[in-house]
Amino acid sequence: MTAGTNQKRLDRRAAIRVLLAERGETLLVTGLGSTTYDAASVGDDEGNFYLWGAMGGAAMVGLGLAIARLDRPVLVVTGDGDTLMGLGALATIGVEAPPNLAIAVFDNGRYAETGMQPSHTDSAVDLVGVARACGIAAAIDIADEAALADFARAAQAKERTLFARVAILADEPPRVLPSRDGVYLKTRFRRATGVE
Amino acid sequence: MTGSDDWRDGIFAALKAADIRQVGYVPDAGHARLIERCQADPEIRAVSLTTEEEGIALAAGAWLGGQRAALLMQSSGVGNCINMLSLAKSCRFPLTMLVTMRGEWAEFNPWQVAMGSKTQAALELMDVLVYRVDEAADAAETVAAALEIAFNGGLATAVLLSQRLIGAKRWVK
Repeated sequence: MTAGTNQKRLDRRAAIRVLLAERGETLLVTGLGSTTYDAASVGDDEGNFYLWGAMGGAAMVGLGLAIARLDRPVLVVTGDGDTLMGLGALATIGVEAPPNLAIAVFDNGRYAETGMQPSHTDSAVDLVGVARACGIAAAIDIADEAALADFARAAQAKERTLFARVAILADEPPRVLPSRDGVYLKTRFRRATGVE
Repeated sequence: MTGSDDWRDGIFAALKAADIRQVGYVPDAGHARLIERCQADPEIRAVSLTTEEEGIALAAGAWLGGQRAALLMQSSGVGNCINMLSLAKSCRFPLTMLVTMRGEWAEFNPWQVAMGSKTQAALELMDVLVYRVDEAADAAETVAAALEIAFNGGLATAVLLSQRLIGAKRWVK
């Protein structure tokens, strides 16, 4: 299903709260822009790694992390723009199939950061279809909090690669800005997770 | 450095000695033997990429998770990496890219020359430290040195393996 105007959509801040409500040991990677603000709105966490650039890279950071830390659930929360820029990453992840990697794409069909211009998911592109075609069988469309909570629980189980396209409203809640110091974010993540 | 005379095996030994656990690559004739050795090693996860920039992000994720990664690519792939290298630079992620050169020694395909002739400059523009290997005898220790400086200092390094070393691609067989 593409991002039709009649589809039910979640508030993005409500959605991130549901995803992280019982995160447990989850390691979180967020994409450039709004999903980083979303994660920070729930509260900064040393197990969060926020991307402030490297657009198109969030899912692949998640893959490298998931391969290295099979003992921990790894959750990538990013946007439709970041996902579209690195669409090949879904093919690579489909091949690698790490059991502990879950990707949630907050899809508003917009480039919120640059003025709400429509993205390809606003019209032709169905990200769940893309993910399935890339071999990620457990790819679903989510537009309600109960399904999102189920997804978050499934991610904790570390049984298979998960992908969810989360339909969110095209709005811009107040920005919550975590640190932009990449070296700090990297080092505190490694220390908090016991690898440095 | 190794029992084998093949410089590719010497590079593999350098990767092992540096405890490289993830190797991202885009399939390449010049790296074929090294890729096969990585795929065959149970301690290395060899990850085939659709585009080289995926590897920069993969290596960052590996380091966040406490593993060391290296990337294998052709010179044309360096051009695909430029913006993603901002991830390595902004966060000082250690990174080593092993680059087989095209577009230089006896190149048949002029389309390879555009990127091949600018590969080193492009890397240096992004503050990647570049080392070049023209002689087979230098390959293993140059790779070892590049890995060492990358992981000791949180720096990005690249080793360019010259087309003369690899052998120009034969188009007419």
